[in-house]
Amino acid sequence: MPLRNDIKKVLVIGSGPIVIGQAAEFDYAGTQVCRTLKACGLEVVLINSNPATIMTDKTMADKVYIEPLLPAVVKRIIRKERPDSILPTLGGQTGLNLAMQLARSGFLDEYGVRLLGTTIETIDKAEDRQLFKDMLEEINQPLIPSKVVEKVEDALEYAEEIGYPVIVRPAYTLGGTGGGIVNNSTELAEVAENGLRLSPITQVLIEKGIAGWKEIEFEVIRDSKDNVITVCSMENIDPVGVHTGDSVVVAPALTLSDKEYQMLRTAAVNIIRALKIEGGCNCQFALHPDSFEYAVIEVNPRVSRSSALASKATGYPIAKVASLIAVGYTLDEIVNSVTGSTYACFEPSIDYVVVKFPKWPFDKFVYGNRNLGSAMKATGEVMAIGTSFEQAIMKSVRCIELGLKTLDLPKLAGKSKEELLQLLTKATDERLFVIYAALKAGITPEEIYNINKIDPWYSYKMLNLIDMEKRLQAAGAEGKLADDLYLAAKKMGFLDETIEKRSGLAIDEKRYASFKMVDTCAAEFEAETPYFYSTFDGENEAVEFLEKNKSDKKKVVVFGSGPIRIGQGVEFDYCSVHCVNTLKKLGYEAILINNNPETVSTDFDVSDRLYFEPLTPEDVESVMQTEKPDGAVVQFGGQTAIKLTKYLRNTDIPILGTSADSIDAAEDRERFNELLAQCGIPQPEGKTAFTAEEAVACAESLGYPVLLRPSYVLGGQNMIIAYSSADVEEYMGIITAAGELENPVLIDQYLMGTECEIDAVCDGEDFLIPGIMEHIERAGVHSGDSISVYPPVNLSKEVCDTIVDYTGKLCRALNVKGLVNIQYVYFKGQLYVIEVNPRSSRTVPYISKVTNIPIVELATRVCFGEKLADMGFGTGLHPAEKIVAVKVPVFSFSKLHDVDVSLGPEMKSTGEVLGLDRDFDTAVYKGLLAAGYELHKVGSSVLMSVKDADKPELVPLAKKFVKYGYDIIASEKTARYLNDHGVDAVSVDMDSDEGIKKVIDIFDSGAIDFVVSTSKVGRKPAEYSVQIRRKAIERSIATLTSIDTANALVNCLLEGNTVEDIALIDICKL
Amino acid sequence: MSVLDRKKAWLILKDGTVYEGKSIGVEGKSLGELVCSTAMTGYQETLTDSGYYGQLVTQTFPMIGNYGVNSFDSGSKPVWAKGYVVRELCEEPSNFRCEGTLEGFLKEKGVVGICDVDTRAITRKLRKNGVMNAAIVTEYPADAAAMAALLQEIASYSPAGGAAAVSCKKAHAVACDNPRHTVVVYDLGAIGNLVKGLLARHCNVIMVPCNASLKDVLQYHPDAFVLSNGPGSPEELPETLAVVKDLMETGLPLYGVGLGHQVMALAAGAKVEKMVYGHRGGNQPVRNLSMDKVLITSQNHGYVVTDLPEEAGTVSHVNVNDNSCEGIRYSCCNGFSVQFLPETSGGPLDTHYLLDELVSRILANKQKQNFKQK
Repeated sequence: MPLRNDIKKVLVIGSGPIVIGQAAEFDYAGTQVCRTLKACGLEVVLINSNPATIMTDKTMADKVYIEPLLPAVVKRIIRKERPDSILPTLGGQTGLNLAMQLARSGFLDEYGVRLLGTTIETIDKAEDRQLFKDMLEEINQPLIPSKVVEKVEDALEYAEEIGYPVIVRPAYTLGGTGGGIVNNSTELAEVAENGLRLSPITQVLIEKGIAGWKEIEFEVIRDSKDNVITVCSMENIDPVGVHTGDSVVVAPALTLSDKEYQMLRTAAVNIIRALKIEGGCNCQFALHPDSFEYAVIEVNPRVSRSSALASKATGYPIAKVASLIAVGYTLDEIVNSVTGSTYACFEPSIDYVVVKFPKWPFDKFVYGNRNLGSAMKATGEVMAIGTSFEQAIMKSVRCIELGLKTLDLPKLAGKSKEELLQLLTKATDERLFVIYAALKAGITPEEIYNINKIDPWYSYKMLNLIDMEKRLQAAGAEGKLADDLYLAAKKMGFLDETIEKRSGLAIDEKRYASFKMVDTCAAEFEAETPYFYSTFDGENEAVEFLEKNKSDKKKVVVFGSGPIRIGQGVEFDYCSVHCVNTLKKLGYEAILINNNPETVSTDFDVSDRLYFEPLTPEDVESVMQTEKPDGAVVQFGGQTAIKLTKYLRNTDIPILGTSADSIDAAEDRERFNELLAQCGIPQPEGKTAFTAEEAVACAESLGYPVLLRPSYVLGGQNMIIAYSSADVEEYMGIITAAGELENPVLIDQYLMGTECEIDAVCDGEDFLIPGIMEHIERAGVHSGDSISVYPPVNLSKEVCDTIVDYTGKLCRALNVKGLVNIQYVYFKGQLYVIEVNPRSSRTVPYISKVTNIPIVELATRVCFGEKLADMGFGTGLHPAEKIVAVKVPVFSFSKLHDVDVSLGPEMKSTGEVLGLDRDFDTAVYKGLLAAGYELHKVGSSVLMSVKDADKPELVPLAKKFVKYGYDIIASEKTARYLNDHGVDAVSVDMDSDEGIKKVIDIFDSGAIDFVVSTSKVGRKPAEYSVQIRRKAIERSIATLTSIDTANALVNCLLEGNTVEDIALIDICKL
Repeated sequence: MSVLDRKKAWLILKDGTVYEGKSIGVEGKSLGELVCSTAMTGYQETLTDSGYYGQLVTQTFPMIGNYGVNSFDSGSKPVWAKGYVVRELCEEPSNFRCEGTLEGFLKEKGVVGICDVDTRAITRKLRKNGVMNAAIVTEYPADAAAMAALLQEIASYSPAGGAAAVSCKKAHAVACDNPRHTVVVYDLGAIGNLVKGLLARHCNVIMVPCNASLKDVLQYHPDAFVLSNGPGSPEELPETLAVVKDLMETGLPLYGVGLGHQVMALAAGAKVEKMVYGHRGGNQPVRNLSMDKVLITSQNHGYVVTDLPEEAGTVSHVNVNDNSCEGIRYSCCNGFSVQFLPETSGGPLDTHYLLDELVSRILANKQKQNFKQK
């Protein structure tokens, strides 16, 4: 069937801010969807609250609304735009839930809006636990014994019946939030209660524990003619029990015989047929390791993280095909864009192996609970492609940027066999490394299997790596590295550096990798996909490709930003993609190197050539040897790309834009200090230290509080504010745990003023600042976690002028060519520079959208010598728009147990939303609404507990809450202070186990709408204040840890705006 | 054994291309037609597939042997492939049914093989140049003259005579519980679940050799005939071809698979051509034209049917990728045939409806006979 002629205008709902469990994969899917629908000639209306995405670019859709993803808002947009259809299955769980809510309420029918690609019945069958069970029973598909319950007592009763352990799965929550495995009735009571609270329909599933079974996934696609294909199978190395998002995953499944493979494939096909999905679907199975017994774990009737992975792993564009199916096409009509000659109706055959490795935030949250279970904790992931498992796993650990070159985790060195046996029992982010260490210690693959049910197949592969290490050592003892041994080591994924280190021998003639194409068909058909991965074979398909497609164009390499992590998110992918687009527009060939399967940048039709590789010097060097580029760009891929500057300096490949020397001048503490002194720009006084003793001495001479951070930071990684020498010592202990420091720790005076930042494009002479952004929270809260306002509301013209002046001076002094991000603090009448980053930043996407200045494009053109004066956007500070944009951070605290939710200098947010409106008040209101705050009174009270320094400011704040109608409940000290200053507050003990219990009871009574807590900011989970904040977050109670955030929020409440008051702004019309 | 400790082996192609690798299976020399299979699982089924008679099979998937071998998945059957080419042979398989390593299996069956070669490069070469003869050797030709002699030997190799070789030598019956029909299967190299599928549908099966005469088979009072899949070109089976023309006259249902499909098409007046690269793997999309549905099929053939005369029948299935003929419904007889392998045990399970159709045709035919008798 061709395009349906009853579809003219389609509403696409995005997935909102990046949170754990819902990341950049939906920007990738959404972008593909919008492009596809537009190519079909359809009018596309898009709504997404996340301004950092590529899909919210004004070129992506005909109408783009960056608005809160709330039913009331979507309803207003539908009334205004009158789309005839809505595509609900491509915007993650958020988009799907929203569309279903509107469909169920009858609103879509009322406005004549059709659901494309699915029906309410289909979604209910897949997501409602009971209906799902019934459906599976109808088609004879086994599922794990389970029961839907709505009361804790029923959960306990059923668990007695099937026996422990059981798994608790709350209905309709994202990434399994609130669920878990429990081993006894005490644990069950707690988890079930929490799960029931989090489920929007107060339902949880109690399921028999099948931990240890193999976890296998299939990506399936079906069209309206009932044609079904499976795109890819995937096997979780971590057996059932660890969320698939937290599992190391291989594609295709590697330990299944044909019989098991076909059995599960057939099950997946039968399931998608029974669900009548028109589009993509993910089926997860548990397979007993010792029989053909299996069970269906879960079906996701939509595009997902796994489908993004399957797309990148095979080259099969699932989101694109799913959207074509949704608008009427069938699989046999859709051409496979990889081969250009075959059709989408085939099953990809791959001739390599793919390893996905999750990126967890535990390098940041050192006190976070590292145990993995049924709720996802990873913020992002990497993918590595190789011709052997050994090669792919070695590449993947290089991709995750933990500083690892092999599976040897330094902190496991020297652990005894007993300690390792103990560690093997725990499913943590370090499990694979523990296995490697255990194998080295002589523990056998079978013993490992008996402990944690990880298939011995994987352990044996790791033993091959260990065997290679031994052979290299033996070669060293003999004093000769044979060529066949060297080649075998390269094929297993060892870096030259490691080979030399293990053997103690220098490699005479270094080998560079050759490249193979990802073509969906194992070379059966000729393909023209410019999508490559490295291996060590004779044939180099990338070179052949280059010869065949010879062009006179100059070649530029763009480095991507690797895995999504806190501090380096989808914003940097946005910048990389825009840089690539600009390069192509300017007539260059853009070559992209990246390893994140979730992103738009790794869609093979974005760049002229895509290399899916780790971003280390040696891996990059092989690409350079094949491509021989005319230049490379490092300023758009975050710190991951900037780190490659040192490598590029030693090659003859020019860095386009800001030079390596300038980058160093901005990052090297001493050079930077000199530079500021030369320019006459003040900065907080600072010192550097390598050891704890030095650090304490520095801090004491500067006076507390001080800010501590390592040099070369991103997202405030490992950054704290220290109030005492104890804080300094604790910090230095953590930071030196991994070994001696290569770079010193920076210790700065901490100035508690108004923070603001700018992004600027500079051509070496002139500069352009699209806009100044002011932070609502004072300095000390990381800029990525601050609510940021454009244009500034509290800065005088004089201060703004100084910002412009300093920016100009810094740009010229550093000879910036391209982008720079500068952070300032205004403290006691003086403007200081806090930080200069000669690269793109996380504010670039939203400021580009709001000001209509294509910042990345201008920065890229500047890299090639164009002058700002000729570009038509002016120079200096761009006049402020008549609109207010408020960027509000979004956190994933409910996923990360034991992490203190307090805001500080270390970034903790995972995503952001934008409130865009005509004035400040409504923009803040919209931003908070989009970030998920409930901005009306539900309960009766606000709970407060603040540190002494904040008490004076708490009084007016508390008065505002009282004025809005809230009662104040406060800690004993805070209550006394408030009472003394004329504010009624009820005192509660918050400093004892008994007290905490009482506070939890108050939370559970539903009385508390907000918590304002700034007391005892610490990272240790045992602190009472940390516990209170955790308990509040776990109960979805808004917890404000900065007086400034609380103030902005209560002002919003007092303004009395409602959803109906916000303006709907199509950013295409800005 | 680590690949580093293995003996060297070489894959030498007719055009003189040499791939150096390591020896797997038994040592020695083996000549064959070099082909590629894109199937990602089912290596044991591939090795025992009679369709690979006389061929050196290259697996495009890089890791082979992951789940070992077992005696259930046709492991007891002979290996017809002449040699095996893989990138990496798994030394430490893992599966609950695993009874041994693939290496052991190759040794037991006397298969000469090679690993640690760039199988993708080989596949790309064959895609461009077509399948070609080759040899796997564990002793490199001593000098230029020896190499020239080997290349001469490779060039003159022919995989002909496959069906005759793999076909059963004597007719034999396979009985089912509760039989309702009798089906004669011309065994041109039947694999997988064809027989099992018939038994499950209450058919007693009589397997007959490819040269069984009309008289031979009519003595079983069959209700239908099946022409199985098998290796090579249908033109190598003149005797079978002649009989099939007679079978078509009987009015009894006739079902052909793979090579059997090609024999039926030839008997009906169509032509057969050799393909450049062939279809080998588990992911071939085939459109059923009457149902307007695409099936994912398992295939293994190097010849294809063309030029079906209009009066003989209509094409019922086509390959979605290259539009080649994948199935025929005959108007000249009570028959239907498909090029793909619906009952293969290595491959997807999408196509079991074809045997159901055979049974309906048997029932319809019986009803018609009963009606006539009355």
